[in-house]
Amino acid sequence: MTAASSLSLPRRVLRSRAVKPLLFVLCLLPFAGLFWRGWTNDLGPNPEQTVIWTTGLWALRLLLITLSVTPLRKLTGWAELARFRRMFGLFVFFYALLHFTAWLGLVNGFSVDMALRDVVKHPFVLAGMTALLLMIPLALTSTNGMIRRLGARRWQALHRLVYVVGVVAVFHFWWGKLAKNNTASPTVYALILALLLGLRLWWAWRAALARRTQLHRARAIDDQSNDPAGKQVSNQVGKQVTNQGKSRSLA
Amino acid sequence: MSKRQDQGFEHPHSSEITPKAVYKDRRHFLAAAGVGAAAGVAALTAHRAQATATPVHGGLPAPGKLAALAAQKNTALSTTQATTPYKDVTTYNNFYEFGTSKSDPSQNAGSLKTRPWTVVVEGEVHKPRTFGIDDLLKLAPMEERIYRHRCVKGWAMVVPWLGYSLSNLLKAVEPTGNAKYVEYITLLDPAEMPGQNDPILQWPYLEGLRMDEAMHPLTLLTFGLYGEVLPNQDGAPMRMVIPWKYGFKGGKSIVKIRLVEKQPVTSWMRAVPQWYGFYSNVNPDVSPQNWSQANERMIGQGGAFGGLFAPRIPTQLFNGYGAQVASLYQGMNLKKFF
Repeated sequence: MTAASSLSLPRRVLRSRAVKPLLFVLCLLPFAGLFWRGWTNDLGPNPEQTVIWTTGLWALRLLLITLSVTPLRKLTGWAELARFRRMFGLFVFFYALLHFTAWLGLVNGFSVDMALRDVVKHPFVLAGMTALLLMIPLALTSTNGMIRRLGARRWQALHRLVYVVGVVAVFHFWWGKLAKNNTASPTVYALILALLLGLRLWWAWRAALARRTQLHRARAIDDQSNDPAGKQVSNQVGKQVTNQGKSRSLA
Repeated sequence: MSKRQDQGFEHPHSSEITPKAVYKDRRHFLAAAGVGAAAGVAALTAHRAQATATPVHGGLPAPGKLAALAAQKNTALSTTQATTPYKDVTTYNNFYEFGTSKSDPSQNAGSLKTRPWTVVVEGEVHKPRTFGIDDLLKLAPMEERIYRHRCVKGWAMVVPWLGYSLSNLLKAVEPTGNAKYVEYITLLDPAEMPGQNDPILQWPYLEGLRMDEAMHPLTLLTFGLYGEVLPNQDGAPMRMVIPWKYGFKGGKSIVKIRLVEKQPVTSWMRAVPQWYGFYSNVNPDVSPQNWSQANERMIGQGGAFGGLFAPRIPTQLFNGYGAQVASLYQGMNLKKFF
């Protein structure tokens, strides 16, 4: 059972040592591409816009990739996928930070005063800023040490912020495109996000339902037998079920 | 933008374009223009008489891509800033009729047939008329004017346009007393303009001006750029250029001009009314849109990383044409009438 040879081919591939470095390089490609285009003077007539759009778009794409790791793992049963999630998440932060820096430096000439005025005045900018700020605690607590220090449950609760980041980021993108009345692609991103978050809601609902029926069943057994020993058993079952539910929600 | 020799189009600095005598004269004109638009017209007329038959487009070499269009420089109404390379002016375009990406128009606009072409001028006029494009090319002397161009999305260009003041055409049809606004309408033809199959805006594209704005000498009925007829992606065969307003006010490939009594509802007002108003004057302090209008990115400056690290420049009220046009908006709340 633990022997790798008994696993399916995709799982064996995902377990190989080369996969993570390979994905790391893939995640760096958009940045490398930008750098190369800059180096060869090929960023187009409006290089500022090329940099801001490309970094923003990849931050959003990687965010959706990050959010699809858990659903994909559950649907396929490929537990190995989980080990790439943190790296994807950190790349989201990396591209978001580049996006922000480009906006601050190229659009506002590193004038914090001007940038702040823009944030306060324009909800579109505020949304982007909010998404970035919400990501900071997630990035800071992404290490194993921080998970241990916070405890799995609190860490999990904190990292649910990523759902809010997703919604705010898509909103930021949609609002940006509204300027050109061209909201077709933000709509696609919004639908994918809705699917990814919807799956989670569905699973959470089903888990809650399963928990309840198990509890009911346990109580039914309890009612049937009046001996004190039986009561003890059913209480234990109830406790187990609740614990199961909790650990499942941590996934 | 590329700086490679085989692709690049070398353009001299503005100081090399404009002869010193003419440049000095411009100063006189600008001083006069400060008094009012009427003074501006007078100065313009005086200047035109003085202008010599210098080669078109400020002595810049013609790209040699399209038919040449003879014109006289109008230095008085031209900026002395360096012009944006032809390559950028003709490949970085917003023209949704050919696609929403900036590179789409130059790739897709080949399907547009600009001959034969007629322009209907109607509405509150005593002499409504349908003009052939060749009549329009001859209606008034063609001038070259180097204008600043500011897009609402925070980028800018400097373009040597060819055309004449719209007022020439409007006077020819004799507006009635009811003519308060002018609306101009782009061709509607989804076969030639594939972008019109996308209901992103209500087609045809419609823009408009108040009558005094339309009659202002700076408002240019435009037929060419860089010494040649307009490339399709820049609005061939005839478009509007209003240098103190955001670029989208400049309707392209115009087939109809209507003089009307009521303020037109333009395409962008209809699409996103909270962001795009009728006036759309360039204004660094007013940004009903979702982003700041305080500064702008000049396209095609070159430099390391394609000019990525060149600083933005501050945006000026009325795009720097305040001396000529501010009087049109005296007493108006520019925040309200954006």
